[in-house]
Amino acid sequence: MSTFTRDSLNIDAAGETARIVQALRRQLSQDLKRRGLVIGLSGGIDSTVTAALAVRALGKDKVFGILMPERHSEAESSSLGQKVADSLGITCIEENITGILESLRFYQRYDDAIREVIPTFGRGWISKLVIGSISSGQQYTTFSIVAQAPNGTIIRERLSLNAYLGIVAATNFKQRTRKMLEYYHADRLNYAVAGTPNRLEYDQGFFVKNGDGSADVKPIAHLYKTQVYVLAAHLGVPVEIRERPPTTDTYSMPQGQDEFYFALPHGQMDLCLYGKNHNIPADAVAAAAGLDAATVKRVWEDIDRKRTTTRYLHLSPLLVEKVNEVSTTPNIS
Amino acid sequence: MSDIKTSVRNFIVETFLFGQDDGLTEEASFLANGFVDSTGVIELVAHLEKTYQIKIKDEDLLPQNLDSINAIAAYLQRRGVSA
Repeated sequence: MSTFTRDSLNIDAAGETARIVQALRRQLSQDLKRRGLVIGLSGGIDSTVTAALAVRALGKDKVFGILMPERHSEAESSSLGQKVADSLGITCIEENITGILESLRFYQRYDDAIREVIPTFGRGWISKLVIGSISSGQQYTTFSIVAQAPNGTIIRERLSLNAYLGIVAATNFKQRTRKMLEYYHADRLNYAVAGTPNRLEYDQGFFVKNGDGSADVKPIAHLYKTQVYVLAAHLGVPVEIRERPPTTDTYSMPQGQDEFYFALPHGQMDLCLYGKNHNIPADAVAAAAGLDAATVKRVWEDIDRKRTTTRYLHLSPLLVEKVNEVSTTPNIS
Repeated sequence: MSDIKTSVRNFIVETFLFGQDDGLTEEASFLANGFVDSTGVIELVAHLEKTYQIKIKDEDLLPQNLDSINAIAAYLQRRGVSA
């Protein structure tokens, strides 16, 4: 057996691009019968690659981009998203969702939830949700809020159940509001909506049900994030986007995905997930990822736990009895 | 000790199993049986902290302390909780 290294995740970028392009054309014309694709552009690598693939498949006139910033978004997200649209030559509009979120009392609900553990939290503070670290040996996932006061003081508190659920429930308004707008534009254009998860996000349930998890096609859901970067280079994605660290861009404090959800940075997570999926021994994965074998095994256990916990996110509504006349899956060749 | 186990068992059955015992044993792993996930651990910790008036520190959030009825009972005993 050949040695397992980071190169084991390499793909034939041209061949993979052709395969996805062909699938998108078939899905749009045969399965969905829609005339184009709507894509929410975040300025991140996944939405950018998805948009670039859509343009290759359908043509730039059949791809519609939407920027959807809100009060807590990084300013860079909109400017990079616009840059992507300009480089691809697609139509792109901005729908600032702050007003919708205010109407939903999102900001108030979010602040109220944090005040359950930090009573002084309020105007002028910024915050983010973080998880315990696998690499520190922690076996249960714990959730904490990190908040910075206007005077710069940073507080970290483990969340109570009510506070955690309240924060997550409120924050999910963002993804669901964005998806509602994507479908508004898809409906008026007779387009479908593209989801942008990579394999790591799709497998591990890193999405909001009926939020960013909702879509008609998910063209890169089978690709490890490392492979998405390979495609990005092949597709000529601007270098600022390829070099931007992955961010959730969901909380008012800067937050990496590995702080919020994944146990490790995506390069190491990809190696662990690929190794697990291909039955590669833990010590070989550890050597490739720069970890020890015990940590790899803990990451594998965490992968299994997340698969179990988030399985319901992938499910269609459960019926008591199958309705034979209704098929919910197209023929996937 | 048996009172603690009964109380913990009742909480687990009511909270995670909708009242259906399904032969839950005192040594059964909650994680291995798949009915206590990350949110469930937070619920369990909140319940133990409230019921037994203790504060469970981050470093104590380990399966060996919390992953079965027996483990919880032993942990609470080490924390000085009396039956």
